[in-house]
Amino acid sequence: MTLGKNTGEEHPMTSAVSTADIAPTAYAWEIRAAGLKVRVGRKRMAVDGLDLSLGIGVHGLLGPNGAGKTTLIRTLATVLRPTEGSLELFGESVGGMGEHRAVRRRIGYLPQEFGYYKRFTVREFVEYMAWLKEVPKASIPAAVQRAVERVGLADRADERMKALSGGMVRRVGIAQAIVNDPTILLLDEPTVGLDPAQRMRFRELLQELGTDTCVLVSTHLVEDVAAACTDVLLFAEGRLVFKGPPDELASVGGPEHEGDSPLERGYSALLLNPEQTRGTW
Amino acid sequence: MSAEHASKRIIEGYVRGGADLSADEVWAVEAHLETCRVCRDGLSAAVDAGAPEVARLVDTVWSGLEPRLAVTATMPRRRRWSARLSRWMTPTMVPWLAMAVGVTLLTLLLDRVYAGSGEVSLVLLLAPVLPVLGVAASWSRGLDPAYELTASAPRSGLHLVLRRTASVLAVVVPALLVGGWATGVMVVQWLLPCLAFTATTLALGGVIGVTRAAFVLAAVWAAVVVAPTVVTSRTTFALQTDGLPAWGLILALGLAVVTARRGAYTLLGAHR
Repeated sequence: MTLGKNTGEEHPMTSAVSTADIAPTAYAWEIRAAGLKVRVGRKRMAVDGLDLSLGIGVHGLLGPNGAGKTTLIRTLATVLRPTEGSLELFGESVGGMGEHRAVRRRIGYLPQEFGYYKRFTVREFVEYMAWLKEVPKASIPAAVQRAVERVGLADRADERMKALSGGMVRRVGIAQAIVNDPTILLLDEPTVGLDPAQRMRFRELLQELGTDTCVLVSTHLVEDVAAACTDVLLFAEGRLVFKGPPDELASVGGPEHEGDSPLERGYSALLLNPEQTRGTW
Repeated sequence: MSAEHASKRIIEGYVRGGADLSADEVWAVEAHLETCRVCRDGLSAAVDAGAPEVARLVDTVWSGLEPRLAVTATMPRRRRWSARLSRWMTPTMVPWLAMAVGVTLLTLLLDRVYAGSGEVSLVLLLAPVLPVLGVAASWSRGLDPAYELTASAPRSGLHLVLRRTASVLAVVVPALLVGGWATGVMVVQWLLPCLAFTATTLALGGVIGVTRAAFVLAAVWAAVVVAPTVVTSRTTFALQTDGLPAWGLILALGLAVVTARRGAYTLLGAHR
């Protein structure tokens, strides 16, 4: 071997592929929940007995407001602790106490209320998030540039966040979520504030990410799901009502159900109780 | 051949297509080239000398790329100090720290003006609660817009809590040091309660949220120590040198609880 050993900061010898990259996966599902219950406040179970296994692909999480979508996503992001049941991410239990740093490094998360620092530029903010996500220092600039390019903000990267429109801020949110190349990507209402053209571009990005990432997108826009998701999770009152491909959801609805598209009719067929009158929210 | 770099033989073999190198040598030299400037320069010299057709190919690619690269925005080199500072404190903490320092200077001024009005030092009275203000601001849902992102990051948790707390103390303690020196209060007399209060805020914060804990403790301090002192115009037992072991005990207890419950700071609950 004529290549020398690693002796200094300047010429470190790194292998082209790390052992973590070529190690076989020790888990069947990226996300696996069994009997998962999450209490919010004193009494309410926002997630109430959920059994779920999710692998690589784009999973659309649909449901009415207050169904527990945000609570479920927060629990998967490990910022809420499950009250009961088991939750495994990458085959590792995240139910108990602990900081779960190794698991979190492989998760990307866009919260519903995406807060940011107005005085930061786009690049500074995504860099700060990359630092928080423990991306190796040497690869931060490249990772940030790539994430910003992927959401189409390369030309605005050095502008202050306060100068951006709502849709652009949302895209910064997506950029910070993917900056650490996550294997589980959790997006809570990512399409809010995006105009139709941006939404189309976003769906393309979703499909691209879905080839090697377990993406969970919560949304209340049925058309987002139809266009970009490999399967649909219908969530109501803390329980999973339906899980399957979008076509299957569409086939549930008949002409007697409310809605403008087959998917919307399928959605109302599964969710609305017969006694619920028209006009109620 | 230098100990850290690829040999001339390997680089030249690589330029010729790697046919006369073993597979592991090719792999190793590629991985090394990615990170080593010196060897890349060696490679480009070897390409120019030994493989003109490769050099021509590279030139063709370059001439195609250059006009496109010219219109691409380049990354700015300079990084603003505020972005680096954000690793130690959030931008939202800055006004709170400024306020804590301002309050210290104000109490110092009051102490000077009313120097003859009894033996109570205002600096001593306020020292324990001043850093608590900054700590509350550093981990607050209301003040920090990015609290949920921060909570979900791997670096979140005890490590980040202590980092931000350290930066709060780094600002507040020097201000108090000046105040204490000017009013002639012994350093240990205010520093120990100050640290004990900070540790207790974090310990309680793991249970009810750091901001809530800060307000509860500030209220307790006002009721138990400040009010009696102001009424009686005498330094209470809590702040006399006899009380120091008790403060040391509280500090140790606080730190123990913080360490034992380190997982709590990664949850959203700690941001209340």
